[in-house]
Amino acid sequence: MVLFPSEEWIQRFKEELNKNEAYAEAARDWEGDFLFVVTPDEGLDREYVFYVDLYHGKCREACLLPSREARKADFVFEGPYSNWKKLIRGELDPITAIMTRKFKLRGSLMKVMRYTKAASELVKTASRVPTEFK
Amino acid sequence: MWELTLPRTLVIGEDALDYLRCLRGERALVITDRVLASLGLAERVASLLREAGLEVRVFDRVEPEPSRRVVEEAVHLAREFEPDWIIGLGGGSCMDVAKAAFVLYERPDLTLDEIAPLAELGLRKKARLLNIPTTSGTGSEATWAIVITDEREKRKMELASREVVADVAILDPSLPASMPPRLTADTGLDALTHALEAYVSRWHNDFSDALALWAIRAVFRYLPRAYRNGQDAEAREKLHNAATMAGMAFSNSQICIAHAMGHALGALFKVPHGRSVAVFLPYTIEYNARAAADRYAEVADALGLGGEGAAEKTTKLVKAVRELLREVDGPLSVADLGIRRADYEARLEDLVDRAMSSTGTVANPRDVGRQEYARLFICAYEGKPVDF
Repeated sequence: MVLFPSEEWIQRFKEELNKNEAYAEAARDWEGDFLFVVTPDEGLDREYVFYVDLYHGKCREACLLPSREARKADFVFEGPYSNWKKLIRGELDPITAIMTRKFKLRGSLMKVMRYTKAASELVKTASRVPTEFK
Repeated sequence: MWELTLPRTLVIGEDALDYLRCLRGERALVITDRVLASLGLAERVASLLREAGLEVRVFDRVEPEPSRRVVEEAVHLAREFEPDWIIGLGGGSCMDVAKAAFVLYERPDLTLDEIAPLAELGLRKKARLLNIPTTSGTGSEATWAIVITDEREKRKMELASREVVADVAILDPSLPASMPPRLTADTGLDALTHALEAYVSRWHNDFSDALALWAIRAVFRYLPRAYRNGQDAEAREKLHNAATMAGMAFSNSQICIAHAMGHALGALFKVPHGRSVAVFLPYTIEYNARAAADRYAEVADALGLGGEGAAEKTTKLVKAVRELLREVDGPLSVADLGIRRADYEARLEDLVDRAMSSTGTVANPRDVGRQEYARLFICAYEGKPVDF
């Protein structure tokens, strides 16, 4: 089991994503990197920030950052720990989560909405990482 | 949490256009097309605005399926004239250009692509937006959607912002009375597709449901009447109201895959919007039935179609939609639109690409991928029932 959030978790996520053929197909034209920001609540004592670089169906780079100022990215996807848990468990759809303000997105929502299948595969991939929460 | 956005003021019923006599402001830019200008409608609106003491300019160069270029021309005029009211007068094209021009007039630092849901645009520092639909209709007078054609990419840009929902929408039933039968049918079918899709979308809610159901019932009851007799005043008024309700419904719920497919077809083959979405409606109901039969059954009940169980009621609904299409001489298959099979198949991958990237795919009740879209496009061409 891998603790979320952690460096180990994001590395496992990257591995799983690069094996995911459905994601590779759905995101074959995608270019854009992300900060995934986990804000503290429900047992998480501080903010965690992941950097994820997605390009043409593959994850080129993924890591845990010391802070959100450490790297710039095209998109910032941010939400409280409690909602990240629901997302990883498959209880929340990412687009619906943005529309209902459970997550904030900085960056073009219209671009993300054109890749809903890819977004769905990102979440499915996250669900495949054997995850434990704090 | 789900946020609903509706026009602040709706003016309905006989002589609704007289509302303009009391409009407060200094300068109004009326955005419309040459057909309405030649019918004297633009001048009728301008005259009422002048009675209210406003100076008026008219931009009448909107075309069907409007392009970026037309929006830029309207914005250029707005920047010169500095109106405090922007008025969209016409069908969806005119109102969408008015909305887009409103944004770019208020925010000259933005491009069209930056009009996005959840982006704060901070509008209404220079002007307010008033829409007067003359078709029944796209519902654009009440929605936060703007559809502009990117001519270079041959793509329909599906833009959206809550801030472009009109401050005032005037639904005067005398306006759609001059629509010829074909336009009556196309716009009425568009309203039906909006309402049906709003009802089954993943984001439906109590408010969108109520608006959608009323609109669906009204279209089924009054569209054939208005198609056969354009002077049927009751039918015209009910349809006009239904189109706005359908717009409010989908704007606060979402469109689904009939629109995703229809936008793709319309962009590539220049099919009028109402026809291009309605042709896919029965096929998409059949496809979605595996996930949303209960919802379609509720619609069938509201229409009094009978049947036992969700599956049978959904089948009856599909049949009713096809009968309505026949009654108004609408297309039952893509082949009926006169598109050659070879041309259609040559563009199939492009159609699928565009449908996949449409917002209509996001909220569809049943997941749909490239393969499913390809099969749906072919079924719709051949007029074959969807059994997958």
